[in-house]
Amino acid sequence: MDANAPSTSAPVSMGTSIIAVTFNGGVILGADSRTSTGNYVANRVTDKITPLCDNVYTLRSGSAADTQAIAGYVQHFIAQHQAEEGDHVTVKTAANLVKMMAYNNKDIMQAGLIVAGFDKYGGGQVYSISLGGTITATPFSMSGSGSTYINGFCDKYWRENMSEEEAMDFVTRALRYAMTWDASSGGCIRTVTITAAGTKRQFIQGSLIQPTYGELPREQIVA
Amino acid sequence: MLPRPTTHSKALGPGVAGPELAVATSAVLDRPPQPGAHLPLSGAQPCAVDPATLADPRQHTKYPYVTGTSVMAIKYKDGVLVGCDTLGAYGSTKRYKNTQRIYHVNSKCVVAAGGEISDFQYITNLLDELTTDDYRTDDGIELTPQEVHSYLCRVMYNRRNKFDPLWNSLVVGGVQEGKPFLGMIGMIGTHYTDSHVTTGFANQLARPLFRERQQDDMSEEEALKLMYDALRVCYYRDKVSINKFQIAKVTKDGGVSISEPFALDMRWDYKLFAQPTKWAVGAW
Repeated sequence: MDANAPSTSAPVSMGTSIIAVTFNGGVILGADSRTSTGNYVANRVTDKITPLCDNVYTLRSGSAADTQAIAGYVQHFIAQHQAEEGDHVTVKTAANLVKMMAYNNKDIMQAGLIVAGFDKYGGGQVYSISLGGTITATPFSMSGSGSTYINGFCDKYWRENMSEEEAMDFVTRALRYAMTWDASSGGCIRTVTITAAGTKRQFIQGSLIQPTYGELPREQIVA
Repeated sequence: MLPRPTTHSKALGPGVAGPELAVATSAVLDRPPQPGAHLPLSGAQPCAVDPATLADPRQHTKYPYVTGTSVMAIKYKDGVLVGCDTLGAYGSTKRYKNTQRIYHVNSKCVVAAGGEISDFQYITNLLDELTTDDYRTDDGIELTPQEVHSYLCRVMYNRRNKFDPLWNSLVVGGVQEGKPFLGMIGMIGTHYTDSHVTTGFANQLARPLFRERQQDDMSEEEALKLMYDALRVCYYRDKVSINKFQIAKVTKDGGVSISEPFALDMRWDYKLFAQPTKWAVGAW
């Protein structure tokens, strides 16, 4: 019996750091890339930013299976809705569809999602759907196990009407601090920027994330 | 020579069958041995918990709080290498990034641990007492790694028998009579020696690498490269780890040296990592 015996019977969970912020002109969604089964890192390059449609994306945290199922259903509903409406779905509608799935199945789900996107009526919007199915609209939101470590940081450094660059810097810094404290978060930083012009994906690989206090800079890499 | 009170049997707590109970005490006189070869003359009742320990205010380590993760070690031509990271985790929080989990016992031996850090600090304290005794005896004889291994086995097993384990997986590495020595002890007293030993996640991740590439006569360069690869895979796939490692080297001629913390280069630049579902649209 080893003091640190790994358990592969633990559910696959995205102990996670996810964050979405509105800025002047759109939204930026950011996430780490770690999926763990107990202490084992099942996937070190996960993509937790999932498109629901062209202009609305969702960030997934909690049970990987539950959030994948919800996202799959909502992608289908939105496609149908868009076919009937002949127009892009609003972020609010998309978020409410996600909430409906989470709320109506609340006893069996363990899913925390953030839905964010851009539509021509409301601009950039962020909606957070927590474990029981509560939906809240906020200018920025963080979730997942790593989010607890950056509550103070985000409260202090978020400002209204940031430029895209400032917002990107805010998102990557917040994720960096969350990932350095939370063992369930780590790997690389993925971001998606959604504006009137469309969506843009970015990938910051693990070695290029600036080290924080206690970690070693690149100069001290030996091999 | 006057009998010295040894702290070591006291380390195991009251009610232990040891040199103290071998002397005639009231425990023996009050409970004369029943006819039967199976009863120990020391007076300790077999298969019964010593009543004194039942109303005992001692803390029992039931689960760990601040923990270290894997340790991995290999033999090579000149000695042994023992490697691990410097993280003391608090559950899933990567709290203490400067914990040294390798302890320098003497010029021939190191002990490294995964598991509860406070229990490891207690163990290093016991080892420090033994080393200090050696120093005071001043006869040039030091504890050999084999002796440290046997001693720690007994401590771990006896604590396990009292349902109060030291929550650690220990690795003892050193040079024994000019030959490399590596041993492992688990928290319930399981122990063995081998050419390569691992604890925690390294059992699953590093051991296959060691089985494939470790040879007793490998050079130091090959051994270091193998160790770096093992540390790297443990960092990739163990969520409770950091990219900050120490390697202890114990050689026949060079004694013990524990490196300063260093980092390893990690590969995140595979093209498909940027867009994993590029060729599998709709997949996760």
